[in-house]
Amino acid sequence: MTLAVDAIAWHQFFFVMFALLTCGFAVGVLFSGNIVRMAFYLVLSLASSAGLFFLAGAEFVGAMQLMIYVGGTLVLLIFGVMLTAQDRFISLKTPAGEWVLSLIIGGTLLALLLAAAFRYEGWQQAELGDTTPTSSQADTTARLGLSLVGVRPDKLDDSPRKAGMSGYLFPFIIVSVHLLVVLVGAAYMARAKKRTTTTAR
Amino acid sequence: MQTTLVDLLTSAGLPDPLAHVIRALVPCVLIIHLVAVGALVFIWLERKVSGRIQDRLGPTRVGGRFGWLQTLADGIKLIAKEDITPGEADAMLFRIAPYVSFAASFAAWLAMPFAVGWSGLDMNVAVFFVLAVLGLEVFGVILAGYASGSKWSLFGAMREAAQVVSYEVPLGLCVVIPVFICGTMNLTTIGEMQRGFATNWLIFHDPFTFCVFWVYITCGVASVNRAPFDLAEAESELVAGFHTEYSGLRWSFFFMAEYGSMLLVSALAVILFLGAWHGPIPIFSIGLGWTDAGGILGYLASLAGCANLILKSSLGVIVMIWVRWTLPRLRIDQVMTTCLKYCVPLASFCFLGALAWQAWIPNVTPASLPAPFGIDRAAIRESWVTRAGGPHATVSDAQLTPQTASPVPTTLATQSVPDRNIPVAGSTAPIGREETP
Amino acid sequence: MALLGTVTVSHYLAVGAVLFVTGALCMATKRNALGVLMGIELVLNGANLNFVAFGSELLRKDNLGLDGSLMALFVIVLAAGEAAVALAIALNFYNNHMSIDIDQADDLKG
Repeated sequence: MTLAVDAIAWHQFFFVMFALLTCGFAVGVLFSGNIVRMAFYLVLSLASSAGLFFLAGAEFVGAMQLMIYVGGTLVLLIFGVMLTAQDRFISLKTPAGEWVLSLIIGGTLLALLLAAAFRYEGWQQAELGDTTPTSSQADTTARLGLSLVGVRPDKLDDSPRKAGMSGYLFPFIIVSVHLLVVLVGAAYMARAKKRTTTTAR
Repeated sequence: MQTTLVDLLTSAGLPDPLAHVIRALVPCVLIIHLVAVGALVFIWLERKVSGRIQDRLGPTRVGGRFGWLQTLADGIKLIAKEDITPGEADAMLFRIAPYVSFAASFAAWLAMPFAVGWSGLDMNVAVFFVLAVLGLEVFGVILAGYASGSKWSLFGAMREAAQVVSYEVPLGLCVVIPVFICGTMNLTTIGEMQRGFATNWLIFHDPFTFCVFWVYITCGVASVNRAPFDLAEAESELVAGFHTEYSGLRWSFFFMAEYGSMLLVSALAVILFLGAWHGPIPIFSIGLGWTDAGGILGYLASLAGCANLILKSSLGVIVMIWVRWTLPRLRIDQVMTTCLKYCVPLASFCFLGALAWQAWIPNVTPASLPAPFGIDRAAIRESWVTRAGGPHATVSDAQLTPQTASPVPTTLATQSVPDRNIPVAGSTAPIGREETP
Repeated sequence: MALLGTVTVSHYLAVGAVLFVTGALCMATKRNALGVLMGIELVLNGANLNFVAFGSELLRKDNLGLDGSLMALFVIVLAAGEAAVALAIALNFYNNHMSIDIDQADDLKG
């Protein structure tokens, strides 16, 4: 199957492309002084990491990343940037000493993490080398949905007592309530206050 | 296994990677043409329609009696214009912004199917992907507004940001309804489930889907910034809003993005509610039986379906144009009120209603057609859990059409058999007409 | 391409590590409160990438399965909530101090 072999080459090609874009724009966020450009680089970095999610077969997560993270959270963030975008805050300079210190620490941390990432053998084995990682046709969306309501379609062959259990219904509900609280809290905090009131503590 | 374009090219002696690149370029080029030529046509159409509405003629000179070459002439003029970057502007972001807008509008088309197997990328989460990428268009507008260094542009961008973030909520709620009725996020499958007479379209599925269709249209118009929701460019208040400072080709990219996403929202409405590539009378699928025939006949049927889809989407765009020249622009607080006080509750209500209808009266409305013609609902539900070969199965190039979308002509099983054990994913029905020469 | 061999979980982890470190450095060096927020987003995204890689059925046989994707989903959703709250705090700070420089956020009960 020459087709399969070539498709793997494409997987690598796209992985390298998206990985470089992701890391490159992340570094761009770090070294850019202008807050609006930082936001733009962040958008590109997160969007290309959505590409990595697609490559890893997590289509739903990738689309979710694009929709919620990039389309929602970052628009909100840019909204905040524009609300506070006065000339003196657009590019705040960081002292050189802090840069040196943080680069040293960051470089060490990066070396440590990279060493850890390539240390464990099991993470480097491509046991599925003969299959073609295309955009996966497995309907992960429905399986994720079922997991969120408490049924695990991928664990149906566990021991009979646990078969299909260990879903995420409870965390799902907690997250829903949490989001509601966040919504109310954010609206409360961001509301326009009357600054003259002295009685309120 | 059907021959694909890649097989054809490699057999013609091209190296394999090049064949794959060409295979990938074909849908891209087709979609770019759809967006760009579509923009040309719709701008002309908008001028003619608005002319008619305002009791005048619109363009009449260029290209004969109807002035149908007017936009092309305008386009040539725009190319020839000077590309100005204001001194106050953030030059890099200012230059990039139109392309961001256009790229988002274009990329969302990649997941749109035009007929069974006729899509740039057949995804399981196509609905979600299209909405998500469409939402990215706002970044181009925001960047343009900020980078122009003009207060009019910034006002326009702020309004756009607030509006788009708000309208994504009801839009998502509307889109979820067809998704849960069909049980899949795959647009091809959703389209195929509406095969048959017009009564089988999801808009006629129950009263709630009928209501939610209009909510969707409202939110869709709002999310692509068309009047009466075009606050981001409000000519009478903000000069031209976010593209005040743009000129020449960059300005026209914004226009192409706008018309591209209008057509996209409209096409999504057609696929989700209006029967996708199926006409009101199933001439090709049931009358002639060409759709399942494969070969040249199946190809013709798909071509007709594609034309059908584009025709219906264009009608949707015409409705948007009509609305634009009929209604006055809303104020920003009215826009927010429409979204949060009307669209969201209405969509939520319809969501619950459709859910209840699905649960209690599942078979009153026209449901999916019997097995040889439509898609079995039970089959889709089964595909959630059981899958032949599991996710490790090798997916070959010819199988890229959705497994669930395949009619199962050989099975006699109907949807009422509860423990049907036929793996949907493994069905070898004649699918995969993708790029059959 | 030949240098890379097959793409494995380790490569995804490496990208995740770069995202994490750049995010952490962003949080450390930026003086604009919103810049710090962007650093947090990068960090979370790096973690997400790891979750997805560990859960991916295309990369490894003994993967986490659905758990990986589910954790990533929860992270994304909670990050959205976190960003909303953090933004509200930042705007509040800006309203009270007319500044977005976090070096000036040094008094309580402000």
